[in-house]
Amino acid sequence: MTMQETTSAAAGAKAFPGSDSRRYNYFEPKGRKATHYEDVTVDVQPDPERYLLQNWIISFGDGTPTYSKDWTALKCTDWHGFRAPDQEWERTHYQRQSTIVGMIQNVVENARRAGAPQRFDKAWVAVLQNHVGAFKHAEYGLGTALMRAQRYGYTQMINNAILTNASYKLRFAQDLTLYLAEVGSDIGGFDLDAGKAHWLDDPIWQPCREAVEHIRAATDFLEQYFAVNLVFEPLVGELFRSGFVMQVAAAQNDFSTPSVISAAEADYERNLANAVELFALLLRDPAHGEDNRTMLQSWFTHHGGLAVKAALQLQPLWSLPRVKAANFVEAFERARGRVAAIGREIGIDADLPALPPVEVGQAATPAAAAAAVTDAAAE
Amino acid sequence: MPDGLTLNKITSQKGIGITEAARRVADLGWTPSYVKEAMSFPTDYKISKAPRDPMKQVLRSYFPMQEEKDNRVYGALDAALRGDMFRNVEPRWIEWMKLFLAIIPFPEISAARSMATLGQLAPGDDLRTGFTMQMIDEFRHSTIQMNLKKWYMENYIDPAGFDITEKAFGKCYATTIGRQFGEAFLTGDAITASNIYLQVVAETAFTNTLFVAMPSEAARNGDYALPTVFLSVQSDESRHIGNGHSMLMSVLKEPDNHLLLERDIRYSFWQNHMIVDAAIGTIIEYGTKHRDKNKESYAELWHRWIFEDYYRTYLLPLEKYGIKIHHDDVHEAFDSIVKKNYVHKIAQFFSAGWWANFWRIEAMTERDFEWFESKYPGWYDEFGVWWENYAKLSKPGSVPITFADTGYVYPHRCWSSLVPCVIREDFTIDEVDGELFTYASEVDRWTHKEAFAAEYQGRPTPAMGRFSGRRQWEEVYDGWDLADAIQDMGFVRPDGKTLVAQPHLSFEEKDMWTLDHVRGHTIRSPLLALREMSPDQRKAHVDEYRKGFKIRRV
Ligand SMILES: [Fe+2]
Ligand SMILES: [Fe+2]
Repeated sequence: MTMQETTSAAAGAKAFPGSDSRRYNYFEPKGRKATHYEDVTVDVQPDPERYLLQNWIISFGDGTPTYSKDWTALKCTDWHGFRAPDQEWERTHYQRQSTIVGMIQNVVENARRAGAPQRFDKAWVAVLQNHVGAFKHAEYGLGTALMRAQRYGYTQMINNAILTNASYKLRFAQDLTLYLAEVGSDIGGFDLDAGKAHWLDDPIWQPCREAVEHIRAATDFLEQYFAVNLVFEPLVGELFRSGFVMQVAAAQNDFSTPSVISAAEADYERNLANAVELFALLLRDPAHGEDNRTMLQSWFTHHGGLAVKAALQLQPLWSLPRVKAANFVEAFERARGRVAAIGREIGIDADLPALPPVEVGQAATPAAAAAAVTDAAAE
Repeated sequence: MPDGLTLNKITSQKGIGITEAARRVADLGWTPSYVKEAMSFPTDYKISKAPRDPMKQVLRSYFPMQEEKDNRVYGALDAALRGDMFRNVEPRWIEWMKLFLAIIPFPEISAARSMATLGQLAPGDDLRTGFTMQMIDEFRHSTIQMNLKKWYMENYIDPAGFDITEKAFGKCYATTIGRQFGEAFLTGDAITASNIYLQVVAETAFTNTLFVAMPSEAARNGDYALPTVFLSVQSDESRHIGNGHSMLMSVLKEPDNHLLLERDIRYSFWQNHMIVDAAIGTIIEYGTKHRDKNKESYAELWHRWIFEDYYRTYLLPLEKYGIKIHHDDVHEAFDSIVKKNYVHKIAQFFSAGWWANFWRIEAMTERDFEWFESKYPGWYDEFGVWWENYAKLSKPGSVPITFADTGYVYPHRCWSSLVPCVIREDFTIDEVDGELFTYASEVDRWTHKEAFAAEYQGRPTPAMGRFSGRRQWEEVYDGWDLADAIQDMGFVRPDGKTLVAQPHLSFEEKDMWTLDHVRGHTIRSPLLALREMSPDQRKAHVDEYRKGFKIRRV
């Protein structure tokens, strides 16, 4: 043995008990072998089951410990089983967020350099100003709700999935804000305060604001996570982003807005996958699956009713662009199909009735249609 | 092309200024009118003034900046391996990383969770982006540290202790001290926890010792990985310090809050001192092989960062807002390090209980003695013989030093900070709700009895936290055989008998202690014993304890 070998502190320089134990060995990987995400995530937030010998050592004034299973009405035989399908940890999170930021910046730079915003159709400019401007507040509201929710999960895996979801939502709300400010500065007379005014006062947006405020005010963090990803997003978020803006914009000479919006659609695919995985797990639970189903079903009734009302109230937006490239009924049908499919995926009944044909033709009575659908959802 | 003029600058469009961007983003918030958000995070503070955002940042500049920082970190880790870092790294240092990196990801992620609290409690939306960035930063810190630890585990000669890391975190007497720190970020009164304890004290005062002093010492021991990761972590802290200060400014606008601020700054400063100085002081002074006498000691670093930079320029100016600052505590904390040998006594304790650890501690040698004596005159007299005994008793088959006839008195544990009561003359006891408790000092006694209570100076404080759980590790294993306790914690190597901890750095199997070598000795809880004593016996015991001890040569 050479001198150098005996003094090296590198792996393999010497064999002794434990010298080849080079994996985190305290958790069961989901697959055959632990992923990097699992290694840097699993069990970082401990609990008395894993592995707090001395239990939590500080409590709230009322005796509630640092983390409690009572912070949600849902129950789980093993909260530790959840792994986020998107496998996000810090490095992948920054890489993805940063790529999106760069993509948006390129699109906006190129569009502005080419003078594209000045060629947007006039009626469309008003839609961007008033309604995309209003919608950014919905995104922000969901982001703040999720930022609150990430405090409460029983494991690191759940909380980190909610945390990255909050990060995506808050980034997107800012993307929209700054995008509108920038293209708006190229278009004369673009009123940057109009969006918020519409969000706060325009009847079209009030049910949407109401739905978002109910999500923000929910105290059960999993109700918030559920209402965001399994109810509001498919029924209102996607409806507005994909079913309206992305389909309609190009026909109004606007090629840049869909690029900005598309980032949120991709974000949502990941967050939806995470949320579906978690709720499916909770519904499969041998001991608590049925109770969980009842609870989710009641959350669906509550938030589904609000979201449907919000969606229907947005119907007049489809008549605003000069070139009609999409129609509300089709968009809503897709949303209805989407939410039902998500429901089937986790195991709840999320079928909403189709729009009553008579009322579809009358844009002036979305409230009546909402009432009909809400009643049906409550059954 | 003239300097600074690039193609990009010529062709790029006029964007909106950062101030305008931050203002627009802050305007995303609104006051709900359909249904009010329930305030789910309890606090006894009143906050009516919206905190201002000092940094004016938006997320679209944040993400690319952080990604770039990450690229540098991961690039440096690769370079360290290519440069064969582990061939020359000091095992004495890396062993302590098993402890440090077992603890730190939990406080980090607790800080992330606590941004939920501040985001909800802060009126207005100005600082929301600041809190959001901090939330994501702390998620970054937690997972980047787990990654670093995994990297040590894969590349360092002895991975045992890294391989069980998060499980070990839940079992070890020392990591519970770190948990007291992390849980304090997010439990109890929301402002006490997330604003004062975390931001105003831990981040503003103590992250320099954690994330700047540690990296310097790492580099001196041939570890270039830790500095890369932790200096990158520290570069996020100025943002968190800014968040904390801004929030503090809006909290102190309300005169009603001043009494609570006095309480919380006092509790937080003292407990941060007790916990951070114990851990980081020991790692920096005892985890190093570098004994250059021109290097600053932990006491010198403390004076510069905590006393000068923090106490003088941050805490003192709060007095002009009417907040009472406990100057005596700051002086006492400093004295405990320079005059009362706080750090040395903690290191002594860590080594006294080496068998309960999940990392190795080797004996201090002549070279170390010389450095300690020059930095802390009188050191050899008090600690030299202890470490000579430790070296002598490091061979398997020796009596574990805890049970050898050295004169060492196993310490009581402080109910507040959970650090052992090593400064014997400051030891104190008291009763709370009819039960007897032990404390390292008067401020610790006050922390438990007065600060963490339902009432403070006649004022109801229902939101304040409470100490709970099985706070004393010794109580959990009272009456247990050492070998059984070690096995129960899982601090045994994969062969089922060799201990993870060793009182030396030998990698020869024949030098390694097994369960059989420690069997036959019993763990006793000093607190349980104290509670069983009659009042007279107890008084005599406390008097005796306060006198301290003198180490004999074995
Ligand atoms: Fe941090
Ligand atoms: Fe921080």
